[in-house]
Amino acid sequence: MKGGWFRGYTIAYLIFLYAPIVLLPIFAFNNSTTVAFPLNGFTTLWFGKLWEDPALHRALSNSLIIGISAAVISTALGVFASRASTRYAFPFKGGLMGLIMLPLVLPDIILAVALLTVLLGIGTPLSLMTVILGHVLVCTPFSIAILSASFQSLDHSLEEAAYDLGETPISAFRLVILPLVLPGIISSLLITFTISLDEFIMAFFLAGNENTLPVYIFGQFRFPQNVPVILALGTILVCLSIALLATAEYFRRRGIAKTGGKDTGGFL
Amino acid sequence: MQSKPKVRFWGSEAANGLLMISPTAIYAILLLAAPLAMIFAYSFMTDGYLKIIPEFQLCNYFGECHSYKDVNGARSVAQTYRGVWSDPLALTLLWRSLVISLVVTATTVLLAFPVAYFVSFYVAPSKKSLWLFLITIPFWTSYLIRVFLWKVILGTGGVINSGLLEIGLISEPITWLLYNANSVVITLAHAYAPFAILPIFVSLEKIDRSFLEAGRDLGESPFMTFWRVTLPLAMPGVVSAVLIVFIPTIGDYVTPNLVGGPEGKMVANLIELNYKKLDNYTLGSALAISSMAIVMAVSLLFLFLNRRFLKGNKR
Repeated sequence: MKGGWFRGYTIAYLIFLYAPIVLLPIFAFNNSTTVAFPLNGFTTLWFGKLWEDPALHRALSNSLIIGISAAVISTALGVFASRASTRYAFPFKGGLMGLIMLPLVLPDIILAVALLTVLLGIGTPLSLMTVILGHVLVCTPFSIAILSASFQSLDHSLEEAAYDLGETPISAFRLVILPLVLPGIISSLLITFTISLDEFIMAFFLAGNENTLPVYIFGQFRFPQNVPVILALGTILVCLSIALLATAEYFRRRGIAKTGGKDTGGFL
Repeated sequence: MQSKPKVRFWGSEAANGLLMISPTAIYAILLLAAPLAMIFAYSFMTDGYLKIIPEFQLCNYFGECHSYKDVNGARSVAQTYRGVWSDPLALTLLWRSLVISLVVTATTVLLAFPVAYFVSFYVAPSKKSLWLFLITIPFWTSYLIRVFLWKVILGTGGVINSGLLEIGLISEPITWLLYNANSVVITLAHAYAPFAILPIFVSLEKIDRSFLEAGRDLGESPFMTFWRVTLPLAMPGVVSAVLIVFIPTIGDYVTPNLVGGPEGKMVANLIELNYKKLDNYTLGSALAISSMAIVMAVSLLFLFLNRRFLKGNKR
């Protein structure tokens, strides 16, 4: 077996990575309010309780509104930025791209308090809208990372051929470039939606009186008796995220194959 | 050579590029650069009740500061507090945040390297994406719940303790696992794992495999080939892994809040306290700026120490 030692180590590492996610459904179906071994029998009681909480439903619909808006806006901004950075040379390119990608490394809390300060400074009331503004900031760099791969592997001669055949820049983009990068765009929409659905700090600072799903979950952590219900909710969310990510990965790979690029793997 | 009819800014490549990037750039300038500039400015101002008094001062950083309140049109002192660098509590939290994120970074990157090495050198090219996908999935799934599950795993009545008690390995629950710096390090090392693996993987992928053969042909042992060829070539990836883990971890809020206990609180918790409960934006801004300054200083020092590995990679 090639790389025997490394293989064993990597598998042990994956077990460490997946430990919390594997425990999640185990305790979500466990018939006990305390989260500990030994297990106490199977129940779907905690999942049933999810249907009875109006605050949770409100938080869920808020999160969906924010997630869809943030995904669409950040992907649109991502298309502009990745197209510009892969196609053109222009002044201040490094600085502007650096600024746009900055939220990738900057701690979320710094972004959140900075945005909060400005929004309150200009007198904007906190609402779902302000959370969307924050989430777009966080999601755009991820969108650019995904879309740059699609735009990078694009063959310029295809675009030139379209111009030679009389297409305008806009119609060439729509007819030639867009279909080729479409899988990347879908992948970006799914990933940014997943990020927004999961983002806590921005929503915690910017949502005002509204709740998003993570803010609701964070609030519930104070009540030990609600823990199994939260684990049930977590199980559903993890399944949803994995489904979204697997779909995104499928489109990302298809996009790269379509434009004839080489798959370097990974979203980042 | 045909001459271009009009050489001017509009229609040039530079203009097209700037025009194309402008929506995203304007968004980032308005909602990122301007807010960061604003908290920088706020950190030098005076705290009034529910408003900021634009009077320049350094007391949010050094010395004693006063918060003011309007009472019948006259300004009166509402509260006295210490600036970040004169406050023992703030200094303790800043120092602890720095130490914790250095330990997390070292642990994460050291543990991640063999994984990246395995995927790059031993996995068949067609399977690499699948492995990377498996590694990144946990990173994208419900951060809050993952952190909370570590609390469940590490607690005195938690999974590890109840499991060990059940099989009779221990007779008393282990208490040093949760609510201290240990649990914060474990949880953060878990959360940032893919961030460390991916950059290292990318730089390992770029290494020309014939260099390694050359090393072996020239009589180096496998270990010396790794030490003298592979590792130096992988250093740019290691450096970006270090920075991409170190910079965000210092400002993590959720992990110290949920699993840190009183001994594991970090600077983000104090920033949140000042912004939300205490409503002291000027001190909160000074804390945010101070922690960023520390991060920047350490990162620049680290880049400087590794400058020889990064040379020649500039484009």
